[in-house]
Amino acid sequence: MLRTALLVLRKDLAIEIKTLEIVTTTLFFAVACVLVFSFAFVREGQAPPDAAPAILWIAVAFSGTLALGRTFERERYSETLRALLLAPSPRPALYVGKLLGIIVLLALDEIILVPLIAFLFAAPMFARPLLLTAFLVCGSVAFAAVGTLFAAMLMRSRTRDVLLPILLYPITVPVIICGVRGTAALLSSPADDATATMWLVILFTMDVVFVTLALWTFEPLMSE
Amino acid sequence: MRKLFPVLAAVTAIVFATTPFLIANAPYESTMLLIQKIFYYHVPSWVAMYCGLGVCAVGSVLYLFKDSRAGDRYAEAAAELIVVFAGNGLISGPLWARKAWGVWWQWDARLTIALLVWLIFVAYLMVRKYGGPGSEKLAAAVGIFGAAVSPFLYFSVTIWRTIHPPTSVVPDIIENPKGMAAPLLVSMLAFVLLFVLLLNLRVRLAERQDALDDLYLTLED
Amino acid sequence: MIRRFAIAFTSLLLLAAPVFAQPPAGQSEFVPVNGIPENEKLPAAPLLVVAYAVFLVLMVGYVWTVWRRLSKVEAEMHALEQRTMKGGR
Repeated sequence: MLRTALLVLRKDLAIEIKTLEIVTTTLFFAVACVLVFSFAFVREGQAPPDAAPAILWIAVAFSGTLALGRTFERERYSETLRALLLAPSPRPALYVGKLLGIIVLLALDEIILVPLIAFLFAAPMFARPLLLTAFLVCGSVAFAAVGTLFAAMLMRSRTRDVLLPILLYPITVPVIICGVRGTAALLSSPADDATATMWLVILFTMDVVFVTLALWTFEPLMSE
Repeated sequence: MRKLFPVLAAVTAIVFATTPFLIANAPYESTMLLIQKIFYYHVPSWVAMYCGLGVCAVGSVLYLFKDSRAGDRYAEAAAELIVVFAGNGLISGPLWARKAWGVWWQWDARLTIALLVWLIFVAYLMVRKYGGPGSEKLAAAVGIFGAAVSPFLYFSVTIWRTIHPPTSVVPDIIENPKGMAAPLLVSMLAFVLLFVLLLNLRVRLAERQDALDDLYLTLED
Repeated sequence: MIRRFAIAFTSLLLLAAPVFAQPPAGQSEFVPVNGIPENEKLPAAPLLVVAYAVFLVLMVGYVWTVWRRLSKVEAEMHALEQRTMKGGR
């Protein structure tokens, strides 16, 4: 099953590398998000102290939604998902393949966003690099797990563009909360490791729950 | 089942009719006095919402994995009731909070997650209405994810000590009566009966709608 | 197999997580504020009445919407049955 998932991932990456369409557009959107929030929050040349983690995670959420929409729009346009579903591979493997693709996209966004936010807000993002990476990984996995499931299911719907955020944001708000509060704990001086670890544990629990639920429900959802 | 409906309605009405008297005669809570009496409709409202969460989760699972159309009907009915009862809780809560805490809203764990559950099931209803064909299955998945949030909701107050009264207040009240147990338990019973009553009413609507759709389909052939 | 393992792992984590998830100590019970200036004291009765009234309005409103939809469906059903009986299809 893992082999199928990696094949799907390789296919997506191969298509993406040719044009870099989704990567560049979502990346630019994420940067634009950060700038818009900066202009909104900055007062007398300074941003409020807790703005950095909040803006980071909002930018991840918004660009993640965009990436999900674009990825599955491409699938829908070329009608490739039906071909994938017809293949005799286990359905959860398809889900995992698409999930890994979205996580790669989110990771690329975050690699650019974190230094940018550290630069713009003078935030000590690299004080606890391992914990920060753990937060970003767990948060991205949780967000992508729910998003991939819903985006795949919404592909056949006429109102998919507006329904995806409506469905995604309430369910991923706990993920965002954990991410923001945990990152804020890491950025405080001195870095509050205990609180951050607490939030990380909760985030990881959510990861496990969401991925398990998604794997369980993907098969009956995609069959008509 | 249809014959039991008027009986159930009458019983619910009678139980509800007794609640104002019980609540009025309940002793005042020492710190919050009169405003605390919202408690007797606020907590049972959330109890009814939990019933809805259970029914929606089970119905959604049955529909997704066993293709049970009845499960789908119950899930949809339960989702509407979750929105109604959680909405009631989200309105009575801030009214109580304005007097007891001085603010309408606080971003503590329980309030935030309660609002989220309400939003998730509003999204459920939107998916069913605007999702197009095949949206029942997606709504079922939303229902399952929404129900998965509920343990976080229940335990949020015990894990994070926040401004919201802890869940242990309720078992405390039941064990050490002080005159507050009776109105609370009767109200809870009233709300659960109301939930069952409204669920049956709504499911009947769903059944008739399905029957109508089936009739249209057979006529087209 | 993977599914069962995942479910078992999830349950274990869910049980274990709260043990680790202890925040720094906060206040453990409701502490009332005394000595509020007179102009900030709110009368409780209107809030109480509004809360119960909202409950009533919500319930009655919901029952009314369900009843309305039910009558519409029943009327349509009835009309359809009339049509089939007349049309003889």
